[in-house]
Amino acid sequence: MQNVSSNSAPPLAIAAKSLTKSYAGVRALRSGSLELLPGEVHALIGENGAGKSTLTKIITGAIQPDSGELEIFGQRITENDPNRSRSLGVAAIYQQPAIFPHLTVAENICMPLEREKSSITVDWRSRKQRAKELIQSIGANIDPDRLAGTLSMAEQQVVEIAKAIGAKARILLMDEPTALLSERETEKLFALVKRLRSEGVAIIYISHRLEEILTLADRITVLRDGETIACCNACDVDRAKLIELMVGRSIESVFPKRSVVPGEVAIEVKGLNNPEVGLHDISFSVRKGEIFGLAGLVGSGRTELARTLFGITPVHTTITLHGHEITIGSPAQAIANGLGYLPEDRRQHGVILDMSIASNITLASLNEVAKRGLLDSTLEQSVAEGYRTSLRIKAPATDTVAGALSGGNQQKVALARWLAIKPGIMILDEPTQGVDVGSKSEIHELIVEFAERGMAVILISSELPEVLGMSDRIGIFHNGTIVATLNREEATQQKVMSLAFGHEVEA
Amino acid sequence: MKAYARELAVAATILLVLALLATTTHGFFTVDNLSDLFLANVPVLIVSLGMTLIILTGQIDISVGSVFAVCSIVTGVAARAGLPVLVAMLIASVVGALLGSFNGALVAWMRMPSIVVTLASMVAIRDGLRWQTQGAWVGDLPGSFQRFGLSQTIYTVLMLVIAALLVVVFIVGLRYFRGGRNIFATGSNEAAARILGIDTNRVLFSVFAITGLLTGFSAALNAVRFNQIPSNSGIGLELKTIAAVAVGGATITGGSGTIAGTVLGVVLLGIIGPALTFLGVSAYWERAIQGLIILAAVSVNVLSHYRRRQVSHA
Repeated sequence: MQNVSSNSAPPLAIAAKSLTKSYAGVRALRSGSLELLPGEVHALIGENGAGKSTLTKIITGAIQPDSGELEIFGQRITENDPNRSRSLGVAAIYQQPAIFPHLTVAENICMPLEREKSSITVDWRSRKQRAKELIQSIGANIDPDRLAGTLSMAEQQVVEIAKAIGAKARILLMDEPTALLSERETEKLFALVKRLRSEGVAIIYISHRLEEILTLADRITVLRDGETIACCNACDVDRAKLIELMVGRSIESVFPKRSVVPGEVAIEVKGLNNPEVGLHDISFSVRKGEIFGLAGLVGSGRTELARTLFGITPVHTTITLHGHEITIGSPAQAIANGLGYLPEDRRQHGVILDMSIASNITLASLNEVAKRGLLDSTLEQSVAEGYRTSLRIKAPATDTVAGALSGGNQQKVALARWLAIKPGIMILDEPTQGVDVGSKSEIHELIVEFAERGMAVILISSELPEVLGMSDRIGIFHNGTIVATLNREEATQQKVMSLAFGHEVEA
Repeated sequence: MKAYARELAVAATILLVLALLATTTHGFFTVDNLSDLFLANVPVLIVSLGMTLIILTGQIDISVGSVFAVCSIVTGVAARAGLPVLVAMLIASVVGALLGSFNGALVAWMRMPSIVVTLASMVAIRDGLRWQTQGAWVGDLPGSFQRFGLSQTIYTVLMLVIAALLVVVFIVGLRYFRGGRNIFATGSNEAAARILGIDTNRVLFSVFAITGLLTGFSAALNAVRFNQIPSNSGIGLELKTIAAVAVGGATITGGSGTIAGTVLGVVLLGIIGPALTFLGVSAYWERAIQGLIILAAVSVNVLSHYRRRQVSHA
């Protein structure tokens, strides 16, 4: 911590010291600290997975820390929960507002404010009046009788802020509040934030947009790998410094990357647009045996590109596969053309937990294990057994249900499924997310093996060392397009991060 | 006026049907016919009030017909055993509330899907009752049992008063009491409701318990209409009530709906059958036409919901 608060300063709104939190053995927060003053906008920044949301969840009482100290307005908090933190004046506004779409604006605003009232009846007239006053007090204009479900995102956020003001929030937590707002709406929001600050509200502001932070925030706390790295005055730093603070770490793990002489072009994309999911002007190509990394912030378009290529959110643009121009309209078509896709959210889109390992593995290639349309279970078991051995899946047998496996082994089952279709091109979306260290390096080893066997691999990862360590070339996403492609030699963490945050890099 | 568009549309349809009956038929608008029609639909109306609450939370209860049958028999057995009719009614209501609570507890705290829980209850209760009664009706009831010993007219007026009172209580309760608003909040966005500190489990439990209570009470009210109680009453009650709620404009996934809409839904579906008979349409068409009305109502729901989504995404 670089910041020292003097004794004469006003009492801290929040004093968090060395908070830790682990999920299933994975340390989400190693040492989270934060000093929040009343009447300041305090930005919280860090890469994806640096621990920002874990830290804020501890403050709102949504989760309990494993260890560490938390004080809110000088009061030591041991057993926190959402009700307790709310009673201390903490209010949170998330990217996706927590509203009741079927209820009116007035009710959305006033319902939480009436929780402490003992009355069992509802006074609609005073509700409407109060909602109107609160909305006006923040300089907005929304009819309190409208149904909340008909409001725009920006209007919903205004409702959330009005709620927080009504609850006399003294600590306001804003998580990426501008992510879905237009420029004009953003300006309005900033004016509102500044006004709240002048009224003494302490604001924690989480954002990936560094420009926003530098203009809005008074102080900035940087998190990296679950640790608070620095707390600095916004006027003392610039973007470059912040990026350095966010990424400045050594590559801890050693990556097993071996160079493969790349073959012919396996996939080529030219000027791909998909306005439905926010993609535009995407061009790149990947050769056989090459690992093409995709870096960028969450929501910058990497997963959207993968889903577009795989035909989940199809477009009519043609892409060139092994020299043939085709369009991919559905996942079935993608599979038929030798594309494999390991999706990001393993539990939601990947492994089917109730099914056996063998059934999971053969799911995308049932024709290979069927005879005249009937499933040959002996063949299925033997195919699965082959992958169990070659991918070193740690399970008693191939008829074990996938849900019984560890995260790392589930991921290997998901990988096996796509290998079973013998793809020429494999898209891996966050293949090591939430996987333990041991399985992680095994999965890295497997990815290298795929490339050696001539597969073209597209690797999406939010973990910079992983992209840098595994890829031959790296495409960097920002705002729905690939803004730059770097070779393995020229890519550094700073460069990739700057590009991901939308800054030009001097060559 | 847009907020009450559904209620107005249903009301207009009812008026249309009534106008058709008034101009082309004779005998529909007699006191006897109307009071018969009303009495036959009192249970549907009362149970629909509870069903509205359940559907507002995004749940469903298909066991009401079976609960109704059990509570009818309970009323008769208790009265035959010499208990005063009012005590028999109280017992039937308590039995209904207990059965509803059982469903509610499984849905709320065990997080079991309500369609499965109440499907199981529906079958188990109905067949349990069939086995217990061997299909026999309850007869030999005391003289004071039928219509509480009241005349037909006074009994009908009493039913009207009770039905009207219940409707008013539910309208006011849903609109002006926090418990009622908590039902809307739970159905609209359960996660957000929990963040507010609303005990959504208790809300879910309560709506099932209330519906059970109403089902028992209405079964008792209905049982006293005759001097014999069939062991297979209430068949199809779940369909009639769910249909009435849906026609009344409630979203089947929860969060929006009104008591006024439900009441109008009960009226429309209640008159459509007899209306067809009076209009000379074969009775075989009755259910098909009811089905079409439900389909039309739900389609309008889905379409307006779809339009709203598009607006909020713009």
